[in-house]
Amino acid sequence: MKVVVMGCGRVGARVASILDHNGHDVTVIDTNAIAFRRLSPEFGGDTVLGTGIDEDVLKSAGIEHANAFIAVTNGDNRNIMAGQVARTMFDVRDVIVRIYDPVREDTYRRLGLSTVCPTTTMSAIIIDQVIGASDSYRRAESRES
Amino acid sequence: MYIIVVGGGKVGYYLTKTLLTEGHEVLLIERDRDKVETYSERFGSVILQGDGAEASVLAAAGAARADVLIAVTGEDEDNLVICQMAKHKFHVGKTIARVNNPKNEQLFKLLDTDVTVSQTNYILGLIEQAIPDRAFIHLLNLRHADLAIIEATITDKSPVAHKTVGEVDLPVACVIAAIARQSDVIVPGPDTEILPHDEIIAVTHRTEEDELRRLLVLD
Repeated sequence: MKVVVMGCGRVGARVASILDHNGHDVTVIDTNAIAFRRLSPEFGGDTVLGTGIDEDVLKSAGIEHANAFIAVTNGDNRNIMAGQVARTMFDVRDVIVRIYDPVREDTYRRLGLSTVCPTTTMSAIIIDQVIGASDSYRRAESRES
Repeated sequence: MYIIVVGGGKVGYYLTKTLLTEGHEVLLIERDRDKVETYSERFGSVILQGDGAEASVLAAAGAARADVLIAVTGEDEDNLVICQMAKHKFHVGKTIARVNNPKNEQLFKLLDTDVTVSQTNYILGLIEQAIPDRAFIHLLNLRHADLAIIEATITDKSPVAHKTVGEVDLPVACVIAAIARQSDVIVPGPDTEILPHDEIIAVTHRTEEDELRRLLVLD
């Protein structure tokens, strides 16, 4: 599968490295060349310097033949726009967009983008753990009494 | 009209100022606190500090009752998302986006932005018009009908020179709207003769622009 990843931060670099390791054809885009150092030393895919909201940059990353596009830069709006470029202009089948703002995430999910919201996901996990911890604490307390 | 302007750079600043003078109700949303302070001193309480892509900020701005939202920040991705949030979450009637990269105009239109303004294209157009010896100039695109307004300067060698408008075999979706001759503007009829040095203003379907060019100026 041909995958284009925009944003080579911790998440982008990790996703790209794992997909590459699993035998997929991966290209990573970032505006900062130093970011590519985060990729695993074995990474065998391509890197493209530039911004993914620019069609020409996406083309040089091979978006025209990509099966999936993953937008994980730190900018919500940049991810949203790049995701819509990939979907509308290049008909990429799977477009996954990270959006930190839960309200924006909700809006764009309704508009048909596949979105990931670290804020809601992380909050849910933390709340689960806190409630789980207090529950087991209460259970332990009730056993003692 | 209630108009929300997002982005208090030079464009946003003068836009707000002009719209206020024209008597509209205007609110400018700007992220930078220093700018907000300076502008508040000048304009009074028509400035809101915040990120215009943030739903809570748009809600505080009263986006739900806004007639028009204009996004003129320096970043295309911000302008796009601001317009989309305004449209899909607050149902603002008309959204206008500034486009910095001319290539993004098409995308913005596909993604429901009502009007796009590309400074780059606008300046390019002005340069084209300012360069002499260009016989055929594209003046304006009319988006909805896919029409363009063009200006052509007739020379001695032009295929239509000394013909009447009725004799010219125009493409189907073209009409000659006006002829500028020296200081006069002539609304042409079938018997109006086209002379060298005339400037012809025509409305044409964009698919027939090239054919019209060949017909009028012969490149």
